[in-house]
Amino acid sequence: MLLDPQAQIMVQGITGREASSMVSDMLDYGSRIVAGVTPGKAGQNVQGIPVYDTIAQLREDHCPTVSIISVPAPAVLDAALEAFAGGIKLCLIMTERIPRLDTSKIMVAARQAGCRVIGPNSLGLIRPSVAKLGTIGGRIDNVRKSFTPGSTAVLSRSGGMTTELASFLTSHGIGQSIAIGVGGDPIVGSNFAELVVLLEDDPATQSVVIYGEPGGTAEEDLARALSRRKSRLRINAFLSGRFVDDLEGVRFGHAAVIVEEGRGSVQGKKKALREAGVFVAERFDDILEGLQT
Amino acid sequence: MRLLEHQSRKLLEEFGLRFTEAVVVETAAAAAKEARTLGLPVMIKAQVPFGGRGKAGAVLSADTPEEAAAAADQLLGRQLRGVTVTRLSVEKKVSFLREFYVGVTWDTTSKLPVALLGPSGGVDVEQATAQIARQTFDPWTGLTCYQGREMAARAGLSGKTLVVVGDVFNRLARAFLDRDAVLAEVNPLVEIAPGQILCLDAHVEIEDDAAYRQQAQLEPLGEILTTPTGRKPTSLELEAQRIDSMDHRGVAGRVVEFDGDLALLIGGGGASLTVFDAILHHGGKPANYCEIGGNPTAEKVAALTRLLLSKPEVKRLAVIMNVVNNTRADVIARGVLDGVESAGQKASEIISLFRVPGSWEDEARDIMAAAGVASCGREISLDRCARLVAEGDSPGVT
Repeated sequence: MLLDPQAQIMVQGITGREASSMVSDMLDYGSRIVAGVTPGKAGQNVQGIPVYDTIAQLREDHCPTVSIISVPAPAVLDAALEAFAGGIKLCLIMTERIPRLDTSKIMVAARQAGCRVIGPNSLGLIRPSVAKLGTIGGRIDNVRKSFTPGSTAVLSRSGGMTTELASFLTSHGIGQSIAIGVGGDPIVGSNFAELVVLLEDDPATQSVVIYGEPGGTAEEDLARALSRRKSRLRINAFLSGRFVDDLEGVRFGHAAVIVEEGRGSVQGKKKALREAGVFVAERFDDILEGLQT
Repeated sequence: MRLLEHQSRKLLEEFGLRFTEAVVVETAAAAAKEARTLGLPVMIKAQVPFGGRGKAGAVLSADTPEEAAAAADQLLGRQLRGVTVTRLSVEKKVSFLREFYVGVTWDTTSKLPVALLGPSGGVDVEQATAQIARQTFDPWTGLTCYQGREMAARAGLSGKTLVVVGDVFNRLARAFLDRDAVLAEVNPLVEIAPGQILCLDAHVEIEDDAAYRQQAQLEPLGEILTTPTGRKPTSLELEAQRIDSMDHRGVAGRVVEFDGDLALLIGGGGASLTVFDAILHHGGKPANYCEIGGNPTAEKVAALTRLLLSKPEVKRLAVIMNVVNNTRADVIARGVLDGVESAGQKASEIISLFRVPGSWEDEARDIMAAAGVASCGREISLDRCARLVAEGDSPGVT
């Protein structure tokens, strides 16, 4: 399962503006952050966590296997390569607005290094009451209110909707085994189809809730995978952005949300998922129906 | 950033692709003159940033200089999907033996760039049919000539044609990677004599998020239109972009105008889509789509609120966000109230619903309550909030 509670975590770009509050929120929730990297800032510390110039130096004192990348977009490719060279096996890329070329190069290198990538443009992932990675849920009080342990996995193309969905499930007595913001970009490290394969082997997970959007092929890819190989999991989906279907060529919300020449429409995605046996909720509140039956 | 045809061909020519001779003109007289110089007959093509120009009547042929002038007259100044035609490309008409489509784009499934080769015409990349050869390739190394030849062979090509098409792919892929393109296509690529290849039309789109490292390379191409919407942005939309660029913190300016009376400040990226759908479903009439998120400053939110309320048709404002993570609910609340006040409105009268649960929600609720506005908590779902707003049945004032 993703995010072993024993795994040591490092943060690349730990001295950045958003990283400090993220680190303190994560520590509050019990995540094991051991060190951070910002080139040129060795010797500083963030919330008591030591900062190193390079991962090679960091590894003399610590052995993290999980990394969070929160560096400016032009520096992400290099940071990811450094992480893979440093033996990282789970890498969360939070930065948004990374050119697709860089994401694609990262994915080729990640495959060679045997590293799983979540993101880019992801707020992170959480295993309720175990640990969280990234800014998902924000402050500890909000995390506790929104996420509770259980057997439903939440996979979402939107970071905000990850928490909204979890909070909605929690308020209806449905706990979560894991919640993952897969990232809002057209190319992401782990898409729905790949994560469902992973959840298939997780005994704690019985059902999955997916939040999809117009654009890209993540929902179609999942439908194709499910048609080929049946899943033991009950899979439910809610897709927003029906109105985007009627506004071809206009980009809304996340970088990937655009319908072009009929491709990527919500109507098409819903149809593909339904044909693959997924319960697709018409309205947000209906997502419960698929879980309670 | 979608390049115009003449910009696309200039970019691809840098990588060694050969095109028909062409000249860009802005007047009918220049079109006639260039037609004579190039040699007749010629094609006159409007330079507009979208496909399907042939069907739209934006590509005309001319057999005489007079016809060229008449065609130019007909096209210049015309409105095509909200874009005024100001430039035309005049090109020598060529005859050919056969034509192809060649393109490179991103394959989001394999996360790799993919090259496509098929029969000429409108090609639906996602629904690549049997007659289209596809080849994904490594973004670190590019598409080698032999991979291009393999594609050509799979498409049934042979002899010298196979060799030159392989070379075309190598160059097109290099242009695609070196220029951070999201699409680079030549349609059609024609064979004018056995083994002789020429590009007749090109379409290149550059990734917006790579602008920071492509500016210098793109500069020689001239001004690039940044309106992929096909219609001109409204003054309200432009002002929203300006507000967003005031400060790099947070998103607060993705605005699309609609003609209803309900102003919307919604977020983040996913919840804004969910809420907009739900409001339409329940019969609401939005005046705008406006996404906020990523922890914007109160100043940004205030400026945006004032802007949305500046539309004379607007009667109500709804502020609806998902359970926020890194965005601070209290900052949004303060920004909204400042914006309402500076628009000369009363918060308790204009705000029909405020729902920003999550980090700092208690502080936000107190701020709104002090202004006489009751907030909705997370227990009221996005869908239900949308219904309350659409049906004008908001929770009322404290």
